[in-house]
Amino acid sequence: MATAVVTDSGERENYLNAGHGPKSWLLTVDHKRIALLFLISITFFFFIGGFFALLIRLELLTPAGDLVQSDTYNKLFTMHGQVMVFFFLIPAVPAVLGNFLIPIMIGAKDLAFPRINLLSWYLFIIGGLLMIYTILNGGVDTGWTFYTPFSSEWSKTNVISAIVGIFFAGFSSILTGLNFIVTIHRMRAPGMTWNRLPLFVWAHYATSIIQVLGTPVIAITLVLVALERLLHLGVFNPSLGGDPLLFQHLFWFYSHPAVYIMILPGMGIVSEIVCCFSRKRIFGYKAMAMALLGIAVVGFLVWAHHMFVAGISVYAALIFSLLSYLVAVPSAIKVFNWTATIYKGSVTYQTPMLYAFGFVGLFTIGGLTGLFLASLGVDVHVHDTYFIIAHFHYIMVGGMVMAYLGGMHFWWPKISGRMYPEGWGKLAALIVFIGFNLTFFPQFILGYMGMPRRYHSYPPEFQILNVLSTAGATILAVGYLLPMVYFMWSMRYGKPAPPNPWNAAGLEWQTHSPPPTFNFDEEPVVTWEAYNYDEMGEIPEKEEVPVAH
Amino acid sequence: MFGHLPLWPENASTNAGNVDALYIFLLLVSGIMTALIFAVLTAFAIRFRKRRGQRAVQIEGSTHLEITWSIIPFCVMLVFFVWGAVIFFRERTPPQDATEVYTVAKQWMWKFEHKGGQREINELHVPVGRDVKMIMTSQDVIHSFFVPAFRLKQDVVPGRYTTLWFRATKAGTYHLFCSQYCGTQHSGMIGWITVMEPRDYEAWMSGGASNQPLAVTGEKLFTELGCVTCHRSDTQGRGPNLAGVFGKPVLLEDGRTVTADENYVRESILEPGAKIVQSFKPVMPTFQGQVSDEQLNALVDYVKSLAGPQSGRPANANGMAVATPQP
Repeated sequence: MATAVVTDSGERENYLNAGHGPKSWLLTVDHKRIALLFLISITFFFFIGGFFALLIRLELLTPAGDLVQSDTYNKLFTMHGQVMVFFFLIPAVPAVLGNFLIPIMIGAKDLAFPRINLLSWYLFIIGGLLMIYTILNGGVDTGWTFYTPFSSEWSKTNVISAIVGIFFAGFSSILTGLNFIVTIHRMRAPGMTWNRLPLFVWAHYATSIIQVLGTPVIAITLVLVALERLLHLGVFNPSLGGDPLLFQHLFWFYSHPAVYIMILPGMGIVSEIVCCFSRKRIFGYKAMAMALLGIAVVGFLVWAHHMFVAGISVYAALIFSLLSYLVAVPSAIKVFNWTATIYKGSVTYQTPMLYAFGFVGLFTIGGLTGLFLASLGVDVHVHDTYFIIAHFHYIMVGGMVMAYLGGMHFWWPKISGRMYPEGWGKLAALIVFIGFNLTFFPQFILGYMGMPRRYHSYPPEFQILNVLSTAGATILAVGYLLPMVYFMWSMRYGKPAPPNPWNAAGLEWQTHSPPPTFNFDEEPVVTWEAYNYDEMGEIPEKEEVPVAH
Repeated sequence: MFGHLPLWPENASTNAGNVDALYIFLLLVSGIMTALIFAVLTAFAIRFRKRRGQRAVQIEGSTHLEITWSIIPFCVMLVFFVWGAVIFFRERTPPQDATEVYTVAKQWMWKFEHKGGQREINELHVPVGRDVKMIMTSQDVIHSFFVPAFRLKQDVVPGRYTTLWFRATKAGTYHLFCSQYCGTQHSGMIGWITVMEPRDYEAWMSGGASNQPLAVTGEKLFTELGCVTCHRSDTQGRGPNLAGVFGKPVLLEDGRTVTADENYVRESILEPGAKIVQSFKPVMPTFQGQVSDEQLNALVDYVKSLAGPQSGRPANANGMAVATPQP
C-alpha cells in the first residue's frame, strides 16, 4: 500500500474525517458521503414503513376491524407500500451500496457527475419531505398502486402531495441511474474491461437502464392522475371519457420493471458474497452478467400480467403469460449458478454468507410462486389475495432486504472502518430468516383460501393464519432492530477494520478502510479477472486479522 | 377461536376442480424444485465447508450445464403456461345459453338483477348445475367480483361491461368478496352467493312480489326515452332497426365490422357517435347522465330480446367490445 495522507491528529485521512461539520456533509460531492446521506435517509423511511406494517399486522390479529378505523387502515397499507417501494426498496441498494462501491470497484475517483449525485439526494429529500407532509397531513388512501378512477376522483385524501413526492423521488432515481451508466462506460480504470467488472457493477448497469427508461413513464402517469384530479382532464376516468385500464398499463409498465430495480442489485450483492465466502470465482460469469441484462430487458415486456382479471383481452393475457415465463429463465440460471459456485469451494459462514443463503432460499420460493401467478388459470383465483402479498414480499423482503443486509455486513468494515460483532450478526440473520418465514408463509395459504388483500376486517375462518403472521412480524421487527443497534455500536466500539478483512477479490478491498476521499492513493491498473480467488487464499481467522494502521 | 384450521377453500363450481388440479401440480413441481435446490445447497455447504489444507477448486462454468438448466425448466414452465391458458380460455368463454344476471357494483355494495326482474343486494341466488353469466359494471370505482369457492374473479370496471360465468356444483352459501381496493368499506363489500337445488331455486325465483321482467322494463324505457321514434321496427327510421341485431356483426360507416354485444349497445346509447352504422347519419343525441346503470341494463336486455331466442352470444371470450373481422 502506498503512503497515505495523514490528518493533523495523526490519523490516516479518509472520507469520514476529511471534513467536519454539517456543511462538509450537506455540500459534499464525495460519492461515499452521499451514499451515507442516502443510508441515513432510507433507514429512516424503512423504519417508518416498518412501523406502518406492524400496525397493519396488529390490526389483523383479530377478524374485526377493532384497532383502527377503516380509513386509517387503508391509509396504513397505502403509506406502507409507498414509503417502502419508493423511499426504501428502489433507492436502497443503488443509492447506498451502489453509490459507495461502484466508483471504487471500477477504480475511479468518483462518479461521472458528482454534483448530479448530490442533486439526486436533494431531490430524494424533497420527495421524502413531501411524503412526510402527506403522512402528517392525514395520509393518503389510494393503495400504493393509485388505481384510477379511485385516485383521480373518489379518494378524499392527500393524493396530490403523495404524487408530487413520488415524482421527485423518481427523478432522484433517474439521475442515479444516469450517473451509473455514464460512470460505468467512461470511468473504468486502465485494464478494467467489461469482462472484468464485478457482477455487482453489471447488476447496477442493468438496474440503471430500467431506472432511466422506466421511471419517466410513471412520473408522467402520476402527473396525469394529478391533472385529472385537479382539472378534470379526461384521461383515466370513464365518466370524463377516459380509460381506467390505460392507467394500469402505464403504471405497471414502470412498476413491474421496478421490481427488478429492487432485486437486480440484490443479485449483484449475493454474487459478490457467495464468491468471497466460497473462495471461488463465480460459476458462469458471462451467463450471470447476461442474465442480469436479460431480466432487465424482458422485464419490460411482462407488465400486463398484473391485469389478467382487469378486463384485457384473452389473447393479450396469453402473450403476457408466456412472456412472464420467459423472464423466469434468467432468474433460474442465477439460482443454479450460485449453487454451482459453492461446489468444490471452501465455504465459511460469516454473517454476509448467512444472508446470501437466506436470499437464495427465499428468492427461490418467491420466484417459484411467481410461476403460479404467471399461470392464467391459477392467477384468476389468487390475484389480489394474500397469495400475491406473500409472493412479492418473498421477492422484495426475503430477497432484496436479505441481500441489502448481507451487503451492509459485507461492506460495513469498508464503509465504517470498523468490524461489526460477528456473533450478534449471525443471531440477527437467523432471527430475520425465522421471522420472515413465519410472517409470510401463512399468507400463501390464506391467499389460496381466498382472503383478499387490503382488508381491514376479515371472516373469522382466516384468523389462525393471521395470528401466525403477526407473530412472525414481531420477530422480524426484532431482527431488523438488532443490526441497527450493533452497527451504531460498532462505529464507536467495533474493532478497527483492516483494508481487506475477508481477503476478498475486488478493487474496493485494495484500498484503505475507510477509503480516502479519492478512493485510491494511486490509480489502480487491473490485470486480473473478477473473482480471482485462486490468488487470494483463505479468509483470515479471527486471531489472524491484522490490526489496522 | 383455534377450533379448526382450514387450509383449503371449498369447491363449489365446475371450474374449481380444474384450478385445484393445476395448483396441486404447481405445488408438486415447485415443491420438488425447492427441495432439490435446498438439498443441494445444504449438501454443498456441508461437504465443501472450509477445511485445513484444502483449497477451493476454481471452475469457469459450463455452458452445457447452463443450457440444460435453462431449457428443462422452461419446458416445464411451458406446461404450466398451456395448462393455465386452457383453464383461462374456458373461464372466459361463456356458454351460449347461460342464465344472465346483471350486476352493478358501487361503493360498497353489490346490486344484482335477474332477467325476470328480481333484484338482490349483496346476495345472489343461483341454481346448481346451470350456467350463469354475470354481466357486470360499476357505478363509481373499479371493484372485483371474487368467489373463492368458484376460483373465479373478474374486475368490475366503470364505463363498460365485463363478464364472468360459472356453473355451481354444490348447494350452499359462499363468500363473495370485492377483491379490488375500492375505498373506506372495501373489506365490508362482502356478499353471499346462495347456490340452491333447481327446485328450490325456481320456488325462490317465483316467490315474493311479482316482478317485471328486465326486458319489459327496457321496452318501456325505450318508449319513454323516445328511442322508438328513430329505431322503428321498419326500415323507415332515422336509426337502424334493432330487431335481430344483437349478437350479429354490424358493418360500420368506416368499413369496420363489430359484433353487437352488450358493450356495443351500451356505448351506442352513451356515445352514439363512437361507432356509426353504415348508411346512417350521426344524428343520435347522447344519453350520458340521463340513464342509470340499472336502466342501461334494462335497455341492453330489451335490445337483446329483440334478437329472438338465439340471443345472448357475446362478442369474444372476454365479453369485451373488440372488432372482429367478418368471416
